[in-house]
Amino acid sequence: MTPESALQLQKLGYDCVIETGAGVKAGFADAAYEEAGVTVVDGPDALWSQADIIAKVQPPTDEEVGRLSADKTLISFFWPAQNEALMKEAADKGASVIAMDMVPRISRAQKMDALSSMANIAGYRAVIEAGNNFGRFFTGQVTAAGKVPPAKVLIVGAGVAGLAAIGTATSLGAITYAFDVRPEVAEQVESMGAEFVYLDFEEEQADGSSSGGYASVSSPEFREAQLAKFRELAPEMDIVITTALIPNREAPELWTPDMVAAMKRGSVIIDLAAEKGGNCKLTVKDEKIVTDNGVTIVGYTDFPSRMATQASSLYATNIRHMMTDLTPEKDGTVNHNMEDDVIRGATIAHKHDVTWPPPPPKTKAIAAAKPKEKAPELTPEEKRAAEVAAFKAQTKQQVTLLGIGGVLLLAVGLVAPASFMQHFIVFVLSVFVGFQVIWNVSHSLHTPLMAVTNAISSIIILGALMQIGSGSWLVILLAAVSVFMAGINIFGGFMVTRRMLAMFQKS
Amino acid sequence: MEFGFTTAAYVVAAVLFILSLGGLSGQESAKRAVWYGIVGMALAVFATLIGPGSGLWLLSIILIAAGGIIGIYVAKKVEMTEMPQLVAAMHSLVGLAAVFVGYNAHFTMKAVTGPNAAEAHGAFAELVAHKSPVELSILSVELFLGVFIGAITFTGSVIAYGKLAGKVSSAAKKLPGGHLLNAAAAVISLLCLFWYMGTGGFFPLFLMTLCALFIGYHLIMGIGGADMPVVVSMLNSYSGWAAAAIGFSLGNDLLIVVGALVGSSGAILSYIMCKAMNRSFISVILGGFGGTAGPAAEIEGEQVAIDADGVSTALDEADSIIIVPGYGMAVAQAQQNVAELTRKLRAKGKEVRFAIHPVAGRLPGHMNVLLAEAKVPYDIVLEMDEINEDFPETDVVIVIGSNDIVNPAAQEDPNSPIAGMPVLEVWKAKQVFVSKRGQGTGYSGIENPLFYKDNTRMFYGDAKASVGDLLTRID
Repeated sequence: MTPESALQLQKLGYDCVIETGAGVKAGFADAAYEEAGVTVVDGPDALWSQADIIAKVQPPTDEEVGRLSADKTLISFFWPAQNEALMKEAADKGASVIAMDMVPRISRAQKMDALSSMANIAGYRAVIEAGNNFGRFFTGQVTAAGKVPPAKVLIVGAGVAGLAAIGTATSLGAITYAFDVRPEVAEQVESMGAEFVYLDFEEEQADGSSSGGYASVSSPEFREAQLAKFRELAPEMDIVITTALIPNREAPELWTPDMVAAMKRGSVIIDLAAEKGGNCKLTVKDEKIVTDNGVTIVGYTDFPSRMATQASSLYATNIRHMMTDLTPEKDGTVNHNMEDDVIRGATIAHKHDVTWPPPPPKTKAIAAAKPKEKAPELTPEEKRAAEVAAFKAQTKQQVTLLGIGGVLLLAVGLVAPASFMQHFIVFVLSVFVGFQVIWNVSHSLHTPLMAVTNAISSIIILGALMQIGSGSWLVILLAAVSVFMAGINIFGGFMVTRRMLAMFQKS
Repeated sequence: MEFGFTTAAYVVAAVLFILSLGGLSGQESAKRAVWYGIVGMALAVFATLIGPGSGLWLLSIILIAAGGIIGIYVAKKVEMTEMPQLVAAMHSLVGLAAVFVGYNAHFTMKAVTGPNAAEAHGAFAELVAHKSPVELSILSVELFLGVFIGAITFTGSVIAYGKLAGKVSSAAKKLPGGHLLNAAAAVISLLCLFWYMGTGGFFPLFLMTLCALFIGYHLIMGIGGADMPVVVSMLNSYSGWAAAAIGFSLGNDLLIVVGALVGSSGAILSYIMCKAMNRSFISVILGGFGGTAGPAAEIEGEQVAIDADGVSTALDEADSIIIVPGYGMAVAQAQQNVAELTRKLRAKGKEVRFAIHPVAGRLPGHMNVLLAEAKVPYDIVLEMDEINEDFPETDVVIVIGSNDIVNPAAQEDPNSPIAGMPVLEVWKAKQVFVSKRGQGTGYSGIENPLFYKDNTRMFYGDAKASVGDLLTRID
């Protein structure tokens, strides 16, 4: 909780309590909390007895689980897969436990996805950490003291952390490459300004969307192709940041010792997967080591803690959003709606039951991408052949049309008298001219075209004028009305057209 | 002597009309082209007045002047957003005039061939008097056709006017019996033709007119509002064919030429519109959107709303912006605000362009005219084919009041009723804002997955008010 999020929580109708000194390391003093209307209490005992909803970061200790009771709700990271006993115990106590690491990955829940928030920080910090251990500039420069080549950064795994790292590295000016087993993220990678490393490998990759947006295990052949590509890249790369994790599994080995050996002296590897054994087997968890050939390998696992202020404010916001969803009425009481996909997914213990693992969410994380049909690339000969065929077809069509038209004309000519044929030829020619002319009218002028054709179609006035002088009163009346209407049309049509055309201006 | 002059004038007028239409190929030459049309028309009317139409010329001039005053008044007063209605209303006048002129031809023919031929006089009567029996029967077919097409044009245009002006519900409606009624009316009309040819009486002609009026009414009633661009250009075409048919019966070449020009122009416009919607002409005419081929793909996710602050921040940060206007912009009269927004953004050095789909609006080229009215320079207003490839490099797309023309379902969902229709690929841009009145589906009632995409934000509210709100936040 930050002073800012405390204000928001109070708006939801809650009173906020915090342990003394809880925010000190993240740069939030007790006084700041008090100013925001938070009660600062002394020690964990007082906190646990006063609060109904307890939000924290790390999974609860045995002692803390002991303090839970049926009327309390705990919100924290829990890692239920590793802490089943603890989860069972919490459920026995009757408390509701919401695991922030179990928030489902759907668009609606992004605002409370603490894993993404933390991964974002880790990705950013990884690049900063690499820069700290790297002896050169990221960006290339030509200075009076000589030319500095830009640093080359390879980021393996383009999840949230990977993308954050790509963004940071490119904005520092490095040439950034990125790789991921899910080919569909290539677009995201490129949008961040990095180059996606493609493999020469023909295999239908499992669509990442089927596994909730996370990567899955790849086939041995694919792995081989991938390692071969990395081996090729290793000597060129100055900085390698590996972020490849597969949910609930050991991190895959992607950066082998021989690749490390092939790297230049002074290069840096940041292994964000160190917690799960590392993508590079030389990584030592929570430590920075330098190999024999001068490559620094960083295996820290506490990147978010290294940016405590940022991490706290992001996590506090995630918690606040979770509280907002839990309090739809904004009345300070929790409505634990187990029908809600997000709340259901994150809840691991509720009303004396262990509710983990959750059923699959009703809405999928990402709509499954449709397989793209690729138009086969045409060779020049094929293109040429296609053009010739199209030309032939066109000629054939035109000749056929002309033939049919000619025959029809002849047929009409056989039966119709000559006076009719004269007019008929005029008619056919006019239609032909009309077709030729109209195709050239630009699309933006279609409305003026309609208005003009409208005006000139009132040429029917000629007919009325010719008849107005003849015969009975009925003819004169009808003709007069026609002349009148056509008059409206002629003037109206041309005026409107002129008005419209006058408006078209060049910038 | 006089008639020689008239024919010469007609030839010049015909050439001028062709030039007038041909000049519409570019914005600049179009301004000259209108004058060709005006001069052509003036010449034709003048030549007819002093030539074959010399009877009652004073009355004629008074009537033309009176009509002209009304025409000019309407043309000055009309809002650019009401252009489709106006065009439809004018088509109805041409249709009705064609019906009347056809009737007159019939009466004159009767008078000339009847017992008291001496009563008939005037140029047309003289012409008829010289005809042989075969020519007379051809004449009756021609005037029959002219009246038929004219009548369809008349009621069709009136209904189209009503639908566009919102006076008639725009939903596709059919009387019980559907197209069978139309077919029946057409068959009756055909029978009337033979009857008329046989007897030459007025009654079959009148009965056919009633049938044609009904066909025009019922045909257009059955076509939904989204198809109006096709309908209006189709009626445009009909009014031309009607004039041509009348021209045949009057033996007037200029009428034939102009009628054919207008007819083919309208036909081409209808064809272009149909192609832009990927629908066959027949399916448009037969009305409404056909049944879907299967269940439409379900749309997942939710529509995320955004307020004016969010949009203006995004606009502030964007370098390239594309605005996609639709009928909603016309309805809300938002074009002035949109143009003002464009000016402000361009003054800040941003690249602002407009993407126009061929069927945006209710009339071919409708959006171009509205934007031109608001003084948006026409060289930043681009067609779909010119701009579709640029969307991936665009930072912000603002969709104002359009729906189907930016619907990704046309490409992604083979079961969608609009599958295969070319659309503006706005969803490929980095961010899309959709200005829309509410959550409902658009004119055609098709759900739009664009609104549910991750990079789409819904900017709810009346388009004019929303854009105006943006204006105050951008400086």
